[in-house]
Amino acid sequence: MDIVSLSPVELARPASETDTSTQHPWITLVWDDPVNLMDYVTYVFMTYFGYARSKAEKLMMDVHTKGRAVVSAGSREEMERDVTALHSYGLWATLSKDD
Amino acid sequence: MALSGFRRTASGRITVRTDALERVLLMRLLRQLGEFVAPDPTATQDPLAQLVGIDAEAHKPRDPALARLFPDAYTDDPGAADDFRRFTERSLREGKAAHVNTALASLERSGDKLTLTQDEARAWLGTLNDLRLTLGARLGVDAGNADLLATLPEEDPRAALGQVYDWLTYLQGTLVRALMR
Repeated sequence: MDIVSLSPVELARPASETDTSTQHPWITLVWDDPVNLMDYVTYVFMTYFGYARSKAEKLMMDVHTKGRAVVSAGSREEMERDVTALHSYGLWATLSKDD
Repeated sequence: MALSGFRRTASGRITVRTDALERVLLMRLLRQLGEFVAPDPTATQDPLAQLVGIDAEAHKPRDPALARLFPDAYTDDPGAADDFRRFTERSLREGKAAHVNTALASLERSGDKLTLTQDEARAWLGTLNDLRLTLGARLGVDAGNADLLATLPEEDPRAALGQVYDWLTYLQGTLVRALMR
């Protein structure tokens, strides 16, 4: 998967529209793990990010089949917030600079 | 296990039927998880830091189950990962412990039929996931051995734990589907 392909994620994060910069230098990654149920991962993407079911399922399948997926992009502070929330759900999430 | 799993009733409530043995098992597991995830009171001596949820020092736990429940947020920067942990792990632990307590309280007030509010159902969902992550780490479940539990011989000491894990997987699956309906 192309890790720097962020367009669908940017559209779904209205908070980032207030950025003067159109760049999203940080990304949140969710990694595949053998314990989390596919339905549960979909549920978390829908509940926490507010993603539509189709988008949540596509991201979940990306995690499952490709080992990881970019689930959000934004400022470092925003990504730390997302990672913390995903850890509270028990997902294996990390953030990194998008370069 | 005779359990039929979580379901959503016509009125929108989430219910599950359990027998006495299942409730004892769930309570025992939840109490252990509660102790396991509770914040370490010795992690910070500074009462103000404790109040705002910041630890003086924090490192990736050596226990694989704890390391999975509280993973590093940065893969390529151990300093940033530890720093992030100082500011987040305590409140994450408190949140997981609160889920345990909510689930326990609902079990303790219930008999055969457990009826949950939406908030309680979400706490159950999170805590069942944390239980499975913990047991999965103990059992050594990983991507390369997804069939491990099904193939454990009865005499393997992990077999009983594997059955509990499978049961929790079934329970969590029915709960997430009930919540998504």
